[in-house]
Amino acid sequence: MGNFDFGVIIDAAPLLVDGMQVTLLLTLAAIVGGIVGGTLLALCRLSPYRALSLMASGYVNFLRSMPLILVIFWFYFLVPLIVGRPIGGYYSVLIAFIMFESAYYCEIIRAGIQSVSRGQEMASKALGLNYWQRMRFIVLPQAFRNMVPVLLTQGIVLFQDTSLVYVVGVHDFLVSADIVANRDNRLIEMYTTVAVVYFAISTMGSLTVRALQKRLTT
Amino acid sequence: MSYSWNWGVLFETPYLGWILSGFYWTLVVSISSWVIAFLLGSIVGIARTSEIRSLRAISTIYVEVFRNIPLLVQMFLWFFVLPEVVFVELGSWIKRDLPFPEMWTAVMCLGTYTGARVAEQVRAGINSISIGQRNAALAIGLTPGQAYRYVLLPVAYRLIIPPLTSDFLGIFKNSSLGLTIGLLELTARTRQVSEYTFQSFEAFAAATALYVSVTYVVMKLMAVVEKRTAIPGLISLEAK
Repeated sequence: MGNFDFGVIIDAAPLLVDGMQVTLLLTLAAIVGGIVGGTLLALCRLSPYRALSLMASGYVNFLRSMPLILVIFWFYFLVPLIVGRPIGGYYSVLIAFIMFESAYYCEIIRAGIQSVSRGQEMASKALGLNYWQRMRFIVLPQAFRNMVPVLLTQGIVLFQDTSLVYVVGVHDFLVSADIVANRDNRLIEMYTTVAVVYFAISTMGSLTVRALQKRLTT
Repeated sequence: MSYSWNWGVLFETPYLGWILSGFYWTLVVSISSWVIAFLLGSIVGIARTSEIRSLRAISTIYVEVFRNIPLLVQMFLWFFVLPEVVFVELGSWIKRDLPFPEMWTAVMCLGTYTGARVAEQVRAGINSISIGQRNAALAIGLTPGQAYRYVLLPVAYRLIIPPLTSDFLGIFKNSSLGLTIGLLELTARTRQVSEYTFQSFEAFAAATALYVSVTYVVMKLMAVVEKRTAIPGLISLEAK
């Protein structure tokens, strides 16, 4: 442990910053995509049409019982077979993440919608609002306000999960560090740095969530 | 799309054997790491509710560290970094003499990672029991250890059966990360079959079916366990 070389980390910094940008971009895109997809799925799951809610819950339960790596492989190896041309690692993992996270966000958002008191929906119905107006102006705004901490917590989980793009070699933070680690034979320095950076960002994230929770409940 | 289907390939040697052996290793790794996760998580979870400050601090640090570093990075730390930073003798024993190094690394990594999650569930379970129970137990002369053993834990564990089930399923799914350090579990074997035969759809479908069915069986089983162990009149955390 005595010859821990900080120089290696400083030399690799530009590469690591590039990698972190990919990681953050992927996280952000997957959060946005996942929340949009999750909201639609949640509305389907709660809809009075049996076929729609069965389909949505089938999708959610199916994806939630699969390992993320397998979902990434599905999209990485099979989508090119279907569309007949390679679509590149980045887009395949992006689609995989959005599809996968939608299932998880769906469960959060469903719980959020159900936490809005029934009276609110009945009152808006009595006022003559139609389904979309009720959702858009009454139910979803309240639901999302309640859900912010949980959605962010899931975002932190997602941020950590993006490291799995390693298996298809998209140049995210971990892969950039991995390349340097193997090139310079500096596994200890690089992997430790990666762990510290992930830890710092995730911890900051969860402290923010905790502060937010306190403010929302008081 | 031009793709020639051949589901028969899944039943040919050696591919059937590969998938079955991958499935076997996935189960072995999941179950062994669950044992670690459950024991470690229980100890840490109890420590987090303890009256002793230093115990609470240490267990909180453990939970925060293991929850805020991605599992894959932890896997690399266990596999590549740990043997280099421990005592030289231990390090070279890990590198040279440890049987099934990939398996043990994956088990330790998954066990300690999930242990942090289990600890949070155990803590939540204990904290959800009204404080009066603990006070009453201490008032009738039980030691703190006895209060946990006979009053708090029997209720807490029953309450957290649903979240513990999903933690176990988490380990089962996360065991696929073992492939990054060379563990030939189900997902790794599936990729191997798909690379050798070019029948990617069939191979991935087989893995998917196995993952989904194990998840289904475990959930059904645990629902029965939950029902059997339920204390009449007590509502589970889930229903709340």
